[in-house]
Order: sequence, then structure tokens, then C-alpha cells
Amino acid sequence: MRLEPKPAPSLAVTLLFPLAAIATTLVLTSILVLAAGASPLSVFYLVAKGAAGSQFALLETLTRATPLIFTGLAIAVAFRAKLWNIGAEAQLYIGGVVTVVLGTGALPLPSVILIPVIMVAVMAAGALLLLGPAVLKTRFGVDEVVTTLLLNFIVLLFVSMLLEGVLKDPMGLGWPQSQKVVAEAQLPRLIQGKRLHYGFVIALASAVLVWVVMKKTVLGYEMRAVGLNPEGARFVGILVNRALMKTALLSGGLAALAGFSEVSGLKGNLTLDLSPGYGYTGIVVAMLAMLNPLGVIASAIFVAGIFVGADAMSRAAKVPSYIADVMVATSLLTMVVAILLTRFRIRWR
Amino acid sequence: MDALEILFTASFWVAAIRIASPLIFATMGELICERAGVLNLGIEGIMTAGAFAGWFTVYSGGNLWAGLLVAALVGAMFGLLHATLTVPLGLSQHVVGIGVTLLATSLTYYTYRLALPEVTSPPKIEPFQPLPIPGLSSIPVVGEALFTQTPLTYLAFVSVAAVAWILYRTPIGLAVRAAGENPSAVEAQGISVTSIRMGAVVVGSALMAVGGAFLTTSAFNSFFFQMINGRGWICIALVVFGSWRPGKALIGAILFAAFDAYQVRLQQISGGIVPYQVFLMMPYALSILALILVARRATYPKALMIPYQKGER
Amino acid sequence: MSSNPVLRLSRISKRFGPLRANEAISFDLKRGEVIALLGENGAGKTTLMNILFGHYVADEGTVEAFGKPLPPGDPRAALDAGIGMVHQHFTLADNMTVQENIALGTQSLWRMRLDRAAARRRIEQLSADFGLAVEPAATVSTLSVGERQRVEILKALYREARILILDEPTAVLTPAETDALFRTLKLLVAKDLSIIFISHKLHEVMAVSDRVLVLRSGQLVGERETGATDRKELAALMVGQEVKPAEVSPVKLGAPLLALERVSTTPYNGAGLDKVSLTLTAGEITGLAGVAGNGQAVLAALIAGIRRPTGGSISIAGREIADWSPRVALAHGVARIPEDRHAIGSIGDMSVTENVIAERYRSPRFSRMGFLNWKAAGRFAEKLIADYDVKCPSPEARIRLLSGGNMQKLILGRALDPDPAVILASQPTRGLDVGAVAYVHRMLLEARDRGAAILLISEDLEEVLALSDRIIVMSKGRLSTPSSRGERSIRELGELMAGHSGEHSDHAA
Repeated sequence: MRLEPKPAPSLAVTLLFPLAAIATTLVLTSILVLAAGASPLSVFYLVAKGAAGSQFALLETLTRATPLIFTGLAIAVAFRAKLWNIGAEAQLYIGGVVTVVLGTGALPLPSVILIPVIMVAVMAAGALLLLGPAVLKTRFGVDEVVTTLLLNFIVLLFVSMLLEGVLKDPMGLGWPQSQKVVAEAQLPRLIQGKRLHYGFVIALASAVLVWVVMKKTVLGYEMRAVGLNPEGARFVGILVNRALMKTALLSGGLAALAGFSEVSGLKGNLTLDLSPGYGYTGIVVAMLAMLNPLGVIASAIFVAGIFVGADAMSRAAKVPSYIADVMVATSLLTMVVAILLTRFRIRWR
Repeated sequence: MDALEILFTASFWVAAIRIASPLIFATMGELICERAGVLNLGIEGIMTAGAFAGWFTVYSGGNLWAGLLVAALVGAMFGLLHATLTVPLGLSQHVVGIGVTLLATSLTYYTYRLALPEVTSPPKIEPFQPLPIPGLSSIPVVGEALFTQTPLTYLAFVSVAAVAWILYRTPIGLAVRAAGENPSAVEAQGISVTSIRMGAVVVGSALMAVGGAFLTTSAFNSFFFQMINGRGWICIALVVFGSWRPGKALIGAILFAAFDAYQVRLQQISGGIVPYQVFLMMPYALSILALILVARRATYPKALMIPYQKGER
Repeated sequence: MSSNPVLRLSRISKRFGPLRANEAISFDLKRGEVIALLGENGAGKTTLMNILFGHYVADEGTVEAFGKPLPPGDPRAALDAGIGMVHQHFTLADNMTVQENIALGTQSLWRMRLDRAAARRRIEQLSADFGLAVEPAATVSTLSVGERQRVEILKALYREARILILDEPTAVLTPAETDALFRTLKLLVAKDLSIIFISHKLHEVMAVSDRVLVLRSGQLVGERETGATDRKELAALMVGQEVKPAEVSPVKLGAPLLALERVSTTPYNGAGLDKVSLTLTAGEITGLAGVAGNGQAVLAALIAGIRRPTGGSISIAGREIADWSPRVALAHGVARIPEDRHAIGSIGDMSVTENVIAERYRSPRFSRMGFLNWKAAGRFAEKLIADYDVKCPSPEARIRLLSGGNMQKLILGRALDPDPAVILASQPTRGLDVGAVAYVHRMLLEARDRGAAILLISEDLEEVLALSDRIIVMSKGRLSTPSSRGERSIRELGELMAGHSGEHSDHAA
């Protein structure tokens, strides 16, 4: 068996591949649904209804998509440069910590100043957190996959320590949770009385900005070149390590914004269950989007829809909501195969 | 008890060797994969699946050894999935590895919920019991630490010897090492690189799953969510730390486990002055530190993470 | 009996996309015979042997060994049929010993124990019989290139190969090592082995073979008994027309542009540089000849900016440059044509447009305030495609889909725009077809006539002789004194390449 490169298919055909991957995923996960004694069609219908069947469902899906857009962008940026940032979860939590530190009354500023200040600080913190593994990679040759993964555990313990120590809410009845951020540090709701908040708008704007960076700027060009062929990039005068550092800063900053958006826009305070693995799910979001920043919006909404829909479905049918995680993981694997098939043809001899 | 005295108690070393056992299995599994040129980041999920499969087999009435066998088979299946995507298709070992971890973990949780929809606390099984080796186990400290363990711990040590023997003393071991160094050397000698690499990943994954099953059938007696808790990632660090050599990796695993056992005991005697999270962080921080120390002079397999196509040079 | 061929290839054809690598090639190999497979780079020799050995599967045609058909695409079957291959790029695992490399795959994979003692005895016996001295317990990473090649031959003999294929075996050898290899081949033939010897060097083909097959553009264009032909005829067959040297106008020397002063480096893909001094002068092509691995790679990397010297200085137009890098080199008008156009010279998954601006993307021509001007970039790509007659579907196509010649034209176009002062051309025609080679030569000569200072590094001595106004030989990381066009004979150059002369000099070259 051999893989032969082939010309890139047209955009329309390219868009068919994620759909084929999703279709394959549905077929594969049907088996699990059948194992649960339920009918796949009705289960998938319930998931879809739970994700988009009503205004409430749709808004819930978009709310859930918000942190995934941020982590998906973080991963898309990093993976473009082949910087394997698996630490978006840690960066997200650090973003939450900084939001709470600055947003619970430490800075007596009006909203229009306070929120940008917090965002800048949040991005700086996330950026620095990924800079460590990036420096270890370029200076010492330490694989960043392992360091970012291990940092996830360290940071989560660190957050746990803070929440039982200096950041603990004295009024929290002993729960490990922080105080609520002040009103000036909160992102307003998009629609009065609903959960969807301005974090979603910031996420959309970030996606557009990242798209511009990747597509139109010198930095994006350098990042892509470094990811595709570091030796070749060095030869033409790209400063490879510096490009990787910039990638790390951008990626870490984006992931940290997810934590900011969740705390400031949705939860109001920091707890240890701020993220049910948004950092890891971001990898799937980015891959489903074929690392395209605008595609991240669509794939984040899709993935969020699966989770939201599966929650609703599992209440109605007797299928565990973990089916959502299985679907998401399966779609990651089917998607990488689909991407391969857009670029290579398999010859059996 | 003072902080240094701990190091000379048998109970401390018994615990250290017990903590090391699952790491030894999984580290050997990862080492085989990487020696053949494939980074297997599916390890965390495969260990989770193995932990569940072993426990669930026993819970459903199978005996302990059957549990182990089922765990190994489940691990091998996820290994086959990983290998199919990364070896003949040459997909990114990073992305596929993370995907396999996510898939194995979520499938495990799904199956658990499906099988036990109503339970709040996980049911217990009768795990492997310690099997003191007559004579040897009465040697003070060392004998007690090494020879009052469960059969699975002994098996972990046997697995190190077996992996070392296979890699350095058998024809197939030569092929595995060559596949990770220069796959064209393997192909030029008439051996299929694809088969060698896939075989290594499948066998390695089975070992990882056995490592996971150790937790549910030997160290503890039940299955919990999140029970692997980063052990897989630590094993990847241990392989690097051991310079891809079974013996050195074994030493690394024991050192790491000793440190882990030590921090738990330090926690107890520190009297709460230092937050307990600081102690819990130490093993992860130590792994990163170990990587920094060895990464510079590590002689990693040259073809690691590089896909191979037939006829390519 | 002896009239039965040991190997028979019938109408072998193989295509890679639009490229016809082999077209209906047939020939027989007799017992105890040495066939030379002669052809230029890219003529299809290596492809043919890879098909024979089972690395590739032919689109059409069959291979028969000792009267039995060989299943396609199965190196194991080829080995079992008694075919051994010594690849151009060695297939050895550096982390293992000589003995382990040789024993790999010779014992059943399911044996519980490797039989080391027997292997060692046999290796020592074979070494003695065929003059292939090498220590079985040595780790391959510690061996010299010549020793590694002997290990490769031992690998085949250990498996009792009756047919030995050698792919460009002398490219990496010194003349003395080459002679030793030829003696070994004679011993093998005396034991009734048959040999296919792949080469593009005429004198070797004449020295070693019984029969010569000439390949050109994937076709078998001639077959001659070695005794009944001469170099001139073979050369004509190989190239397809009378070999006429490129038209060279008289030199108009200008100012010295790039100067290395006693530069040393660490080893990299072969020897490191040892206090090398070299000046490139405007209007002149300096040719660097030498056996591969003697420091050419690191010299090219140094001038390209991707390696730094450990000692000595680099100056441009008389000014010493302290901080040398690809960016600095480019800023000073040094154009680079790298040896490996796939790994270094291009970014395969980027488009043609993205590749051609790679050396200039930060200039105001292609970007402003950190934003790229894709319109200007696209226009530049289209201009290069038109000017250099590049065959490609569109500027948006990924560059890896292009053929080697077209890719090289783009790299050349990128490097020569705008007129560079200094040009480093490292193996600029490797793997190209005859037409593309002539094109590259013409472009280099034109650049010289416009006043560029050019360093041509090539393993192809004929190329160096044809283009260079001044020839320098590199050996063991040092340079010979230069000689002007026609001053030294091929024999004299060969001796210098072997490092057999006291002419090495630290001084001005």
C-alpha cells in the first residue's frame, strides 16, 4: 500500500470530507446505541433536538460552544506550527484564576476599562504558561506533549490549592470555590434572562482575528512554514524558534480566554469544575475544522451541540450521556483519516 | 517518625514497589512502541480501558487471570486501531494518540454507565492477594519490599526481563530496534516494517492495559473514573528518562514510585503546614524535571514519530 | 547450463504520475557476468533496481530469477531468490552492531534466541574470503563510509546472494576504496556470482563490466559488449546526442565578493571544515569537486547561513560579517540553491506562490506592516512560471506535486531574482533530466556573464569541468590550490580527490 500526493480538491469537495467523517462517526456510534437497547435514529434525533430543537436548546449550545471556540482556536494555531499544545486545559484554568484575582474587587475600575485589562492579563498568563514548554522544547529538546499534559495536572492542583487557600470564598460554606467577580468584571448577557453572554461575541471576533493572522500576515505565514517544514523554513531565513515562541504566546493566550469567558460571562466564580475537559475537546474542535480558524466556529458549535443534545437525550432515552464523548473522540479519528484522503490517494500496489 | 526514617521502613518500600508495578507494565508497553518508532499517546486511555476491562471481567464472575487476559485483549484492540492509523496511513502520532486516549476513555465510561446504570459507589471485587515468596520474603526490608507482593507485581518484573531479552537477544527484537532507528534497514532485509511496527504497538498496548488492570485487580479492588490520573503520561516521561532501555526505565519507575510513596508520608507528618496539593504536584513536577535533565543527552530512536512508506529512503 | 540467464527482466514499465521512470525495459543477466547499467541521473536506473528488488511494483512486466517468476513488491522474495542489493543510501541501523545488522532478518523471527556465535563465524569467514575487512562487534555509527559499504555487501553475501546489485557504489568512495571494491567484485565473479553495477561514470563502467546497458529517460537505448565499445560511444548513447560542451564566453573578472578566511566548522553530513580559505570573485564560476562526504555539505550549509563557523571569518565585499545567518546571507545578495530541494529548498505542502516568496516575504515588495501582499506574490509566481517555463497546474498548486526539474526551476528563479551578487549552487542538477540540466547550466553561465560570483559544488566531475573557470578539490575538509580551466587532467584531479597530494593549502584559494 502506498500514499500518493494528489492535487487539492475544490473547496466544495473539501467541505464534503468533514461531513463524510461525521456520517461515519454516526454509523460507528450506532453500534453503541444498539448495545444500550435503543434505536440509533431516535437517539440521534433526540440529540439533534436537544441541541437545536428550541430557542433554549440553541442558546445553550452556543453558550457551550463559547469556551470550545477559544480552546479550538488555541489548538488550531499551535498545531499549524506543529507545536503540540495539549495543555489548553491548564491555560484555561490559569485564565480563570487571573479573572478572579483581578475581578473580585482588586481593581476599582469601570467595566469598559476593567474587562479589557482583565483580558490582557488573562492572555498574558496563559501565554506565559505555554511559553515554558515551548522554551523547554526549543532549548532542551523536551517534548512539549508530555510537559503540557503534566502541567494540566499541576495547574489543576494549584487551582485546588488556591481555592482552599487564598482564593477561597469565606461565604462559600466550606466549598472550594472563589468569590463571585464584581458586576463591573462580568460580561453582560446577550439576551436578557438567557445564559448566552458576550463571551460568544468575543470568541467570534477572536476567530476572525486569528483567521486574518494566519491568512494575511507575515506571522501566520511563518507559523505555517515552520509547521510544514522547519528545516526549509530555517533555510529561507525564518527564525524558527522565535516563530514557535510567538505561536505559544498566541495559543496560550487564546486558551486562557476560555477561562475568562466562562468565569466572567457564565459562572461568575472559579470552581474546580470550571471545565469538563474543554482543553482536550478543543483538540477535536480544531481537527474537525481542519485547523481553519473560521471552521473552528462551526465545529465548536457542532461539538457543543453533541454534548448539550446528549445531556437532553440521556434524560429521555436510557443511553448514557457519555455517548457524546465517544462521538466526539470517534469524529476526531474519522476526521484525520478524511483529511488524509483529501491530500493523498491510497494505491494498493 | 522523622522524614528520613521513613526511607528505612519496609512498609514504605512495599508501597513503593506496589505503586511502581502498573508504571512498569505501561512503561514497558510504551518502550516497545517507541523502540519500533511509534509514539503511543493512547497510553492514558488504554490504561483506563484496561483497568475497567480487568475489573469488570472479575466483577462479572471471571477469575483474576481471565480479567488480566481480557484487559490485555482490549488494550491490543486499541493498539491495533492506533497502529492502523499511524503506521500504514502515516497519520500524526500526536493527534491519533490523543484521539485513542479520548476514545478509549469515553468508551470505558460509556460501558461502565451502561453496565451499572444505577450504582453510586463502584462495587468491589476480591483482588489479587500478596503471595510472599518463602525464604526471600524474610530478608529484612529488601526481601519484604520485593517478595511480599501480589503475583502481578512479580509479573511486572518478569515483563522487564522479557522485554529486555526480546529486544536484545532475539531476531524479532533486532527487527523492532532497527524499525525505530532506520526502517529501510528492515525492509532491505526482507521484513515488513509495517508488520513490525504494528505488532509492536499492539503488544505494547496490551502491556499498557495490563498496567491499568493492575490498579483495579491488585492495588485497589474497584474501578473509579479518573483513576489513571496521568499515570500514562508519566510513563512516557519514564521511557525518555530510561533512555529507551528496559533496565533504566525500571529504575526510573521505582525511583518515581518511591518518591510518590514518600510524598504521601511526608504529607502525613507535615501536619498540614504545607498544602497537600503541593505534595501531590511533586510527582508531575519531578517528571518534567527528569525530562529536562535527560533530554539533552538522550539518544532517542532516530525514526521515532517518522512514518515510513515502502521503498522510501 | 551457463547459457540460461540467472535473471530475466521482461518489458518492465513504471510511471510516477506523468513521469515515465521505466518503459518496457528487458534484459538478461548471465552467470558470472557483470552488467553495467549506465545512465544519467534520473534516467531510471534506481527505479528499475527498486522494482527488481521489490521496493516498488512495476505497472507492467515481469522479473524471473533462476527461471522462476519473482512475485512483485516483495523484497523478501527477492532475497530468497538470491538477489542482494547494496543501496546508494545505506540501509543500516546506526544503533546496532555490524553483526546485528547482518543477522537482521536471516533467522526466523520467532526464534527465542539469536544465534550470535554462528553469525560471527560466518561473517569473519566471508570477510576473509572477499577482502571485506570489518569488525563484527563494532557499532555501525562508528564506521567510515567505506566500512559501511562493506557491511552492505556482507549482508548480501551472508544471505548467499547469487546476484548482487550495486547502486552507484563509488559515489561515496575515494579512488583507493573504489579499487578495493573492484577487487572484491572480481573475487565475487570468480565464485560465479552475477553483478549489476549501476553508475553514471564512464571510466568505471569500462573498468569493471562485461556488458553495458544504457538507459536514457526511462528507456533502454543501447546494449554493448564492453570490449567492443568506447567511452565516446557510451557517452553519446547516454546523453542522446553528441556531447557538446556548453558554450563558455571568456572570463571578465570583477571584484572579490565573498571571502572565507581560515574557516573551521564541526562535522555535518561528512567531514567538517578545517581552516578553509576561499574567495569568490565576480564574473567567475568556481567549481568544487570532491568525493561526497569530504566537507562539501557543511561548506554549502555554511555559505547558505544555516551553519555557523567555529573559527575564522566570513566577509562580503571586503567587510567582515560577524553574525552570519540565512537572513544576513540573503540581505547581502547571496543566492542559495540547496542540495536537497525537497527537504530544504521547498516547503512541499505550501503553494508555488508561497514558496517563491519565501526568501523575500518580509521585503516591502511582498509585505507591509506585517501584512502580506498576496497580489504581488501571485504576480511574481506567475512571472517565474512564465519566464522559466515551469509546468505546473497553477500558482496555487502545492509545490510537492511538481516534478524535480520544474521545482528546481522555481528554486533557481527565486534565487536569481533580483540579480544576486553571489550564487551558491549545491548539486544543482542532481536527479534532473538532460533538458533540465542544460537549462540550469545555461542559467548559471548567464548569471556569471552578468557578473555574479558563483560557487558550484558538484559530485559530477564532468559538470564541474564543463562549467568552472576555476576548479578546487575538496578532501577531508580542506581545499586544494585552485587550477584554471583545463589546467589539471582528470587523473590529477582524481588524485587530489583522494587526498593524495601535498597541494593542500591553508592559504588563498
